[in-house]
Amino acid sequence: MTPADLFALFMHCLMLSLLAIGGAIATVPDLQRFVVVEHGWLSVADFNASIALAQAAPGPNLLFVAVVGFNAAGLLGALVAMSGMLLPSTVLTLAATRWGMRRRDTRSVKSFVAGMAPITLGLLAATGCLLAAPVSQRPVAWLLIAGTVLLMWRTRLSPLWALGAGALVGGFGGV
Amino acid sequence: MPDNVEGVAPRPHPGSPADLFVAFTRLALMGFGGVLPVAQRELVERLGWLTQAEFAERLSIGQVLPGPNVINLALIIGDRYFGLRGAMAAVGGMIAAPMVLVLILAAAYGGLADIPAVAGAVRGMGAVAAGLVMAMALKLLPTLARNPLGRALWAPIAIACAVAIAGLRWPLIAVLLGLGSLSCAAAWWKLAPTATESETGP
Repeated sequence: MTPADLFALFMHCLMLSLLAIGGAIATVPDLQRFVVVEHGWLSVADFNASIALAQAAPGPNLLFVAVVGFNAAGLLGALVAMSGMLLPSTVLTLAATRWGMRRRDTRSVKSFVAGMAPITLGLLAATGCLLAAPVSQRPVAWLLIAGTVLLMWRTRLSPLWALGAGALVGGFGGV
Repeated sequence: MPDNVEGVAPRPHPGSPADLFVAFTRLALMGFGGVLPVAQRELVERLGWLTQAEFAERLSIGQVLPGPNVINLALIIGDRYFGLRGAMAAVGGMIAAPMVLVLILAAAYGGLADIPAVAGAVRGMGAVAAGLVMAMALKLLPTLARNPLGRALWAPIAIACAVAIAGLRWPLIAVLLGLGSLSCAAAWWKLAPTATESETGP
């Protein structure tokens, strides 16, 4: 990866940082479009493996950005992607917090919260579909997905159990 | 632990930015597949730094602002106690140790990727990750029941958003600026002080 590529990754993460409304995971589809489709730095499989690894490890979901950066361009890529992802939103959050707290009952702030809620929902649904796409030809994968959704939706069990089951089934060649 | 938490005892709070760093490192390392539920248990129930209501309030603000939710939450909580130093300590704690860990895993995985069982295990976890995200979407549905947009508006908006992103592969910024501002404008209209209060269904 050239320095120009690293800079492009940094700039894209700067933008995604400001677009990550409702969770870092909402930026997965666009990061995939940028890294896989537009630049070809990673294959779809490698990208999805990066997401899965970050989800399997403890810590904020956001760390998928570090793993994608790492797999695309090593340690420097991880640092570039993470600092790009954190810088703008940190500055903005610190500046806007007190303002937003004081005005949270005003019509404009309430409209923004209400208007963004269905967008967040749609982004999560899209992310789920994109993550499921590479394994969509395997019936066992659909069982895993459906089982995970049921488990997470209906019980308070830790997602570790589902991830463990997925690793086990996949490890024995099920997926 | 004393049980007089309801009384006049002063509210527990972090004594220094280092306390914040340790607390957020701890909760981040316990958060497999999502830090938010752990953050609530640690900050509200174990440490007592925030009430449930305060936690929910800060979370909703963290969600509205751009940037990862849990990072914003850490910033807001850290900032409340020690200003910028506190915010940096909380976010640093949230990220530093887990990032080192996940990069070690990523490096190890690079060497292991040729082993079929490992590749299969990661594919299996990928399927589960898809399920985890779908479940998050399902869990959001109840919160939309009180959305002023009403289902007749929020459902088509959410579906259009999912189709534009996953189906048509539109860039996120186009969807947020286009569909997002449309949705906010609709909410603004619905939240009008006097009009249309009575005729919409439950």
